[in-house]
Amino acid sequence: MTTMLHTHLFSDMPESKQLNFQDPASPMMEQIIMLHDYTMFILMTILTFIMWMLMKTTTRMMYWRNMNENTKLEMMWTMLPAIMLTTIAYPSLKLLYATDESMEPELTIKSMGNQWYWSYEYSDYENKKMEFASYMMPTEELKMGDNRLLEVDNRLMIPMNTNMRMLITAADVLHSFTMPSLGMKADAMPGRLNQVNFLTSRPGMFYGQCSELCGTNHSFMPMVMESTNLKNYSYFIHTET
Amino acid sequence: MADERLEKLAEQLEQPLVIQTPGFDARFPNTNQSKNCWQNFVDFQKCVKLKGEDYVPCQYFKRTYESLCPNIWVEKWQDQLEKGVFPGLKERKAHH
Repeated sequence: MTTMLHTHLFSDMPESKQLNFQDPASPMMEQIIMLHDYTMFILMTILTFIMWMLMKTTTRMMYWRNMNENTKLEMMWTMLPAIMLTTIAYPSLKLLYATDESMEPELTIKSMGNQWYWSYEYSDYENKKMEFASYMMPTEELKMGDNRLLEVDNRLMIPMNTNMRMLITAADVLHSFTMPSLGMKADAMPGRLNQVNFLTSRPGMFYGQCSELCGTNHSFMPMVMESTNLKNYSYFIHTET
Repeated sequence: MADERLEKLAEQLEQPLVIQTPGFDARFPNTNQSKNCWQNFVDFQKCVKLKGEDYVPCQYFKRTYESLCPNIWVEKWQDQLEKGVFPGLKERKAHH
């Protein structure tokens, strides 16, 4: 029951026939959704206008004598699209650089892609270094309310409202770590450490799936992140062996 | 036995978790942090070589590389150090 509440109160995992984004759980994802909606508004306005023009010209033989040799008009329809593109490009670039910005991190987690599971390492604590693998739960072992092909045996636990640094790498082939409701995705490459910064603004269970074709079981190595308060997190750190 | 474990756990939970991790390093501003991990590992080895095992400030490098480097990388490099084939500690030859 609690799992059902956890997972269905917010849409933190992919759903069948889903058209929209998953619910945001980080400030960055909120910004991404805002940019998407803003861009969509401009896009739909243009599309409607163009469709109307096309309809007019095709059905009614629209002809306007002032359209010929009209320098002002041509100036306009060259510059207006340019301005529109700039108004989309500027916030888009701003957001792109904002996602790369490294805030002072408070916790580092290492994530390693393996064929075909993820393993996580917590090495910040002097007397408690942890490393564990996270395999997908086979369908037979699922409980009521669990998400098929998304549940794992060992979840990645993180404290919410904490600046996190995640270092992503792979042990064998390319993988890709992604958490759609946090707006993060980074390739995992052997021999390279990719850093992403994120912050979860609410508790929840977030689901992601390997996003780089990595072999036979590419579809069966999901990642689950459980965001919780500092108290539960510290309990996890102390009890996990 | 179980009581002992519970007591120990309660004791541990009493202590606040020290939230501490390497901060931003201006030498490594990019997404790719491989060199950050590597440099701190090499610096620790050099520091120990120069100042000895007991020199406390060296531990800073150790904490940093432990936080940043994947464990299997560290294992591999330590293995190379033992065999004397670690490529990060080449001595510069003195010229006469």
